[in-house]
Amino acid sequence: MAESATHPQYLQHHFADAVQQRESSKLGMWIFIVTEVLFFGGLFAAYAIYRAWNPEIFHNAHTALNWKLGAINTMVLITSSLTIALAIRSLQVDRPKPAQHYLWVTLLLAATFMVIKYFEYAHKFHLGELPGKYYTYTGIEGTNPHVFFSIYFVMTGLHGLHVLVGMGVIFWMILRTRRGEFGAQYYTPVEVTGLYWHLVDMIWIYLFPLLYLVG
Amino acid sequence: MSRHVEQTDAQGGHLSPTSTYLKVGAALLTLTVLTVAISRINLGPWNLVVAMLIASVKAVLVVLFFMHLLHDNKIYGSFFAGALVFLSVLIILTMFDTMDRGDLHAEEAAPIRARAVIYGDDGKPLKKNIHEEKGASEEQHENAAADTTAAEKSIDSTD
Repeated sequence: MAESATHPQYLQHHFADAVQQRESSKLGMWIFIVTEVLFFGGLFAAYAIYRAWNPEIFHNAHTALNWKLGAINTMVLITSSLTIALAIRSLQVDRPKPAQHYLWVTLLLAATFMVIKYFEYAHKFHLGELPGKYYTYTGIEGTNPHVFFSIYFVMTGLHGLHVLVGMGVIFWMILRTRRGEFGAQYYTPVEVTGLYWHLVDMIWIYLFPLLYLVG
Repeated sequence: MSRHVEQTDAQGGHLSPTSTYLKVGAALLTLTVLTVAISRINLGPWNLVVAMLIASVKAVLVVLFFMHLLHDNKIYGSFFAGALVFLSVLIILTMFDTMDRGDLHAEEAAPIRARAVIYGDDGKPLKKNIHEEKGASEEQHENAAADTTAAEKSIDSTD
């Protein structure tokens, strides 16, 4: 293969060729995604168990969430998934400039998600709809409605943390694209960033109906 | 341009046409509107089932097209499927326990519950236990009964 013979800069010496390097990177990312699925899986299991134990609490408490903001955030995150997919496609056809623009839009949408999330959190802090012993709100019927908010804050909080980490990585990818590191020959870092970002999107696809719609 | 010309990128990876991404994105947004609309209707227990079905269709679209599992090396997909298998084991097997805990321990828990004292925020018992004396006397009877059975059993075993 021509690439391996000339040994391009992006090819690390312990890989036989660019294809092997790319496939190893992607497999590594998929293994990381497996750990993430099980990481969040523990929380989804907690959700399932506490919901099964306290169906009326989950039903009463979920009405305290603003489903309109949740729906907007779902659309924002899905659109950001689309733009990062288009960024990777632009690199596949060797067009780094539009790729960089798509990455900026992705970053902007991620920031929008966090701003909306901030307003949701601020509202709940204000009302005292908080986890465990910090719960002071009195407007929800049933015993121990704080159970729902414990699960809400841990699940959306951990997800939000993933969005923040993703924003950092996407920004790093923008810088590297600007430096001209990526093109049709090499774009694996952006591709695995995309895989991570789609996972974050996918987790929200489940969190949104479970917490905001049928809670 | 024919799609066959653009099937692969410079590294031999699959290249999806832009229209595929736009269609999948549009489908995801439509399904989001759909799941919100359906949640406004009360379907009882079916609310959860329908919401999870729609979410899963969305997740499958993301995985197959945005994450390229449809055209990529099957090993990535098998790893991901493995995660889902273990996730369902985690949730389903745990719930076999948590959903039946009360039934299994109802009899054993009865004497404990009868003697239980609930404490309030001030650290003082909320109510005096009304079963206290009754529970104690019952326990004595039970112990006596248990002793008799044990004695009978030991006689049986010596025979």
